[in-house]
Amino acid sequence: MTLYLSAALVFGGLVAVLAFGLIMAERFLVNYGICKLDINAGEKPLEVEGGQTLLSALYSNEIFIPSACGGKGSCGHCKITVDSGGGPLLPTETPYLSRAEVRSNVRLACQVKIREDIFVKIPSDLLNVKMFEATVEYVRDLTHDTKEVRFKLQEPAEISQRPGQYIQVQAPSPEGPVFRAYSISSPLYDNNAVELMVRLVPGGIGSTYIHNLQQGDPVTFTGPYGEFYLNDDPDVEIVCVGGGCGMAPMKNIIYSLYDKHPDRVCWLFFGCRTTKDIFYLDEFKALAVKHPNFHVVYALSDELNNGDKWDGETGFIHLSVDKYLEPRVARQAFLCGPPPMIEAVMRVLEDKGLLEQDIFYDKF
Amino acid sequence: MSETSAIVILIAAVFTNNILLSNFLGMCSFIACSSQVGTALGLGTAVTFVMTMTTMINYIIYHYVLISKEAAGHFVLVAADLTHLQFIVFIAVIAAFVQLVEMIVERFSPKLYFALGIFLPLITVNCAILGASLFAIIRNYTFVQTVGFGFGAGLGWLVAIVLMAGLQQKMQYSDIPKPFKGVSVAMIITCVMAMAFMGFAGMVTIQ
Repeated sequence: MTLYLSAALVFGGLVAVLAFGLIMAERFLVNYGICKLDINAGEKPLEVEGGQTLLSALYSNEIFIPSACGGKGSCGHCKITVDSGGGPLLPTETPYLSRAEVRSNVRLACQVKIREDIFVKIPSDLLNVKMFEATVEYVRDLTHDTKEVRFKLQEPAEISQRPGQYIQVQAPSPEGPVFRAYSISSPLYDNNAVELMVRLVPGGIGSTYIHNLQQGDPVTFTGPYGEFYLNDDPDVEIVCVGGGCGMAPMKNIIYSLYDKHPDRVCWLFFGCRTTKDIFYLDEFKALAVKHPNFHVVYALSDELNNGDKWDGETGFIHLSVDKYLEPRVARQAFLCGPPPMIEAVMRVLEDKGLLEQDIFYDKF
Repeated sequence: MSETSAIVILIAAVFTNNILLSNFLGMCSFIACSSQVGTALGLGTAVTFVMTMTTMINYIIYHYVLISKEAAGHFVLVAADLTHLQFIVFIAVIAAFVQLVEMIVERFSPKLYFALGIFLPLITVNCAILGASLFAIIRNYTFVQTVGFGFGAGLGWLVAIVLMAGLQQKMQYSDIPKPFKGVSVAMIITCVMAMAFMGFAGMVTIQ
């Protein structure tokens, strides 16, 4: 009996001594004190507790840097310029940074730990990003795997966004909340709500969460993000090319455009696989009747099933783009879809005389 | 064994009785972390530090706490024979020490901290470290000998992994047949290195 007791006591005592030693070591080694966090050379000086990552320090000061993975260093979205105080570039960052970015001090905010006074540059667009509390107004099916969801804004009650921008919806995951990016599909004049189009990805954290939302559920998101500016010159044609479920930014662009400029020329090309995947065709056809300069082309890439009726284009969408667009017209293009589609459409558009700087895309 | 000086044990632990190349302990991090000399040097240093300190602490704990009063023949904290606790106690000491090293490395060399990644906490389960503590007990070393052995064994592990990393870096430019790439060729090199180290045999002898 004494043997067991002394064994337990000895082991317990030893662990206690070790734990105490570690706590003391932590107090001296992991304490960095309060550090200065300077944004855009004095524009917004902050004081934050050292030892945390730059991303979480910014986050707790309501500066929402885009980040999809929740700070694990696996998405590479949280790039910001750290002029000094960021320490050496870490091996966890190098895969996400190009050589030019490394030269201009771009870092991943989630990997930079604040150990001393730190000076960073953040685009003013990102400083305007807010966190929104909203409730689900409705969720409806667009196709067999894509849903449209509308978030009614609560706090703040208004959003000021540009077509082509996106928000990051906070979704729960077993390892804490993560953020997933979705383009805003509601037009900019509809500033009390945000609509998204979400295709269910089997096993996907964000899409599963959104597909399971019910009317009235609370949601949290940050936004708007994205550097796309719609060309305001009325003589420039707008070309939107979407594939799969890459419709959300297009819808925003088109409705926002025709709200302001009823006569502007705009092309919408949308590629689906089968008639099952088609959505919003009737709405856009109705819009094209109202605005004769709006052209809608849907194309199906798969063979038609027996009994399907289809009078539109067939084949991959870049073939339709090639067929309909006249070369050498001033245009701005926005592409959204899977990478092979983007690459094929880019080639076609460059053949038509578009400059690379006038082509914007969202790959997913 | 008490007549062998600590220096001899140290040299023996590095060359003739290299813990990695003659006992094949600590192979997992040896294989996984040996692609870059810098990283290997960092990990080797961390292992050497942890090994030296833990063999010392474990020696003291074993001889002044765990062992029974009769066997020790001197003052012990607990009279009862608690030697059956040695594994769990040694591991606890090693784990705490690795935590400490982790904090030190993160504070003073974040680059090394990220380069070592998961292998830094994995030093805890590096069998070479527990092995060194146990060898020091089994071979009845005195305290000074234990210090020499712990430091020498760590140094030996460091020499082995740095040599390996040097070879691996050179090997990037050699044309290795596909089935041998990666771990297989690393194993073969380790084997050749172990045979080369056998050339030191007889230089000094320890148990």
